[in-house]
Amino acid sequence: MCALRGPVCSFLTRLRRILRIVSERTIVSLIFLCGVSAVIFVFGIFFFVFREGAPFLRHGFDAKEFFLSPDWYPTSATNKRYGILAQLIGTGTVTLVAMLVAVPFSLGAGIFIAEFCGKKTREIMKILIELLAAIPSVVWGFIGLMVMNPLIIWLTGAPIGLNVLNAGVIVGLMSVPIIVTIAEDAIRAVPDTYIEAAEALGATRWQLVRKVILPAAKSGLLAAVLLGVGRAVGETMAVLMCTGHSINIPFDGKAPFFHVLDSVRTLTATIAAEMGEAPRLEVNADGTFPAEALHYQSLFVIGIVLFAVTFVINVTADLIVKGIRKRK
Amino acid sequence: MAANQQHAEYAIETSNLNLWYGDFQALLNVCTKIKAGIITGLIGPSGCGKTTLLRCFNRMNERFENVRVEGSVEILGSNIYDPEVSVVELRKRVGMVFQRPNPLPLSIYDNVAFGLKVHSPWRSLYKDDIDAAVEKALEEVFLLDSVKDQLHRKGTDLQLEQQQKLCIARLLPLKPELLLMDEPCSALDAAGTEAVEDLLLSLRGRYTIVIVTHNMAQARRISDECIYMLNGKLIEHGETSDIFLNPKDKRTEEYIEGRYG
Repeated sequence: MCALRGPVCSFLTRLRRILRIVSERTIVSLIFLCGVSAVIFVFGIFFFVFREGAPFLRHGFDAKEFFLSPDWYPTSATNKRYGILAQLIGTGTVTLVAMLVAVPFSLGAGIFIAEFCGKKTREIMKILIELLAAIPSVVWGFIGLMVMNPLIIWLTGAPIGLNVLNAGVIVGLMSVPIIVTIAEDAIRAVPDTYIEAAEALGATRWQLVRKVILPAAKSGLLAAVLLGVGRAVGETMAVLMCTGHSINIPFDGKAPFFHVLDSVRTLTATIAAEMGEAPRLEVNADGTFPAEALHYQSLFVIGIVLFAVTFVINVTADLIVKGIRKRK
Repeated sequence: MAANQQHAEYAIETSNLNLWYGDFQALLNVCTKIKAGIITGLIGPSGCGKTTLLRCFNRMNERFENVRVEGSVEILGSNIYDPEVSVVELRKRVGMVFQRPNPLPLSIYDNVAFGLKVHSPWRSLYKDDIDAAVEKALEEVFLLDSVKDQLHRKGTDLQLEQQQKLCIARLLPLKPELLLMDEPCSALDAAGTEAVEDLLLSLRGRYTIVIVTHNMAQARRISDECIYMLNGKLIEHGETSDIFLNPKDKRTEEYIEGRYG
């Protein structure tokens, strides 16, 4: 193997061995770094958001006003108010409409892909649905603005088509891919023995789905819907473009109580729209912040609220999915 | 069933039955007549086609892709491979029990009532009728006493032996003519096997039973007739005592003696 003799040869073999050990260790530590980076980033973001929002929590924060007042006047010269009730309701209503649109479609599509269509159709459908997930959210917003907007005005006679309905439909369509994918997985995870048993008893395809597959897959389907909700709550660009972005609570005491054709504003859109013009001011010498600094900080507190909501939704969905795996 | 025995001596008649999985031919020209009201055992080494043949009788083979069937299978007088035959109706008349007990993830009660509900038009069933049918079916499989007070329990939580009995019980409310059993005891211990065998013997006469088994001793204990298969061909069909004591075919003899398989 070694053309050279004596000390040169032994030096080369030793060098090769050292190199091998070093490169092995480098690669292992690189892979380790990649593995932990996700954790580091999550905690990093968490830390950053909290650090920026903390002064507001310490000084200007009044939980009752913050969550229960619809008055959002962070830039008022005389009377700054920070109430996010309208945005909370905006996010809630858009998510609700989105789920009303997405859940029936997605579960139907999931059932169709998993149980009813042939192999070829399934492959094509899956590719198309993944393609749906790849459409940038600004393009969805554009569709809401240029297609849905005139359509809603034409159909309903509303003065403006940028409202809960528009954003709900757009965000609903955006959440379809994730719900379909998870729902299909949940349905296909139903053990074949159940299906075989039901078929041998003479169940038709639809009876099989309704009486065996859906009950057996129900927690997976719930997890799918929850992940869709998480997606809808977190969506920013499309809702910013489609909701009309006005501080407004789409409810009143008169029938029909919930006005789906009202414009609203969501938590995410508030941050996206205002972050650019809110100044990040340094702390004064006496430890207080200038009043103008609270706007920037309050946006981060909204971020914390969003973070908490999506965290809870995702963890719940995750626990449900884990529960399914454990039972098998 | 006594009435059926008068009408037709044979429950199943196959003629020139051929079956392919893709390019692989799993059944070659199987011609046989299975008598009604008795227990017929299907024996042979692994991969000889006995499960495939069994699955032809309720068309469960159609679940797999690339399956092609030629020839005919007449069950109680009609060819089940006729295009106008309803598979749903066929499977109501021909029940199947699988190798691993596979109760549905429902309550014991719903497991037994499942077939009934599936085959009855919506809202045509009265709760009392279902209750009675469930009770009768559980009684027939000797399960009623042990689960009487826990009918809401999940069928999948029972012991394996009880699960297998439940899988037999859920066929009975449909009043099937034929019960197909695919190695129903292979997942059970000795006591469970004995209990299920006793059950089969008690069902004998009321139902025509076809049972696939790997267990020679079991075939001997419970079957009236045996069919010996090898490489997709039917080698010998006769009374169990004949097959075991003086087989006509050399290959049967060698298999019975344990020279291969």
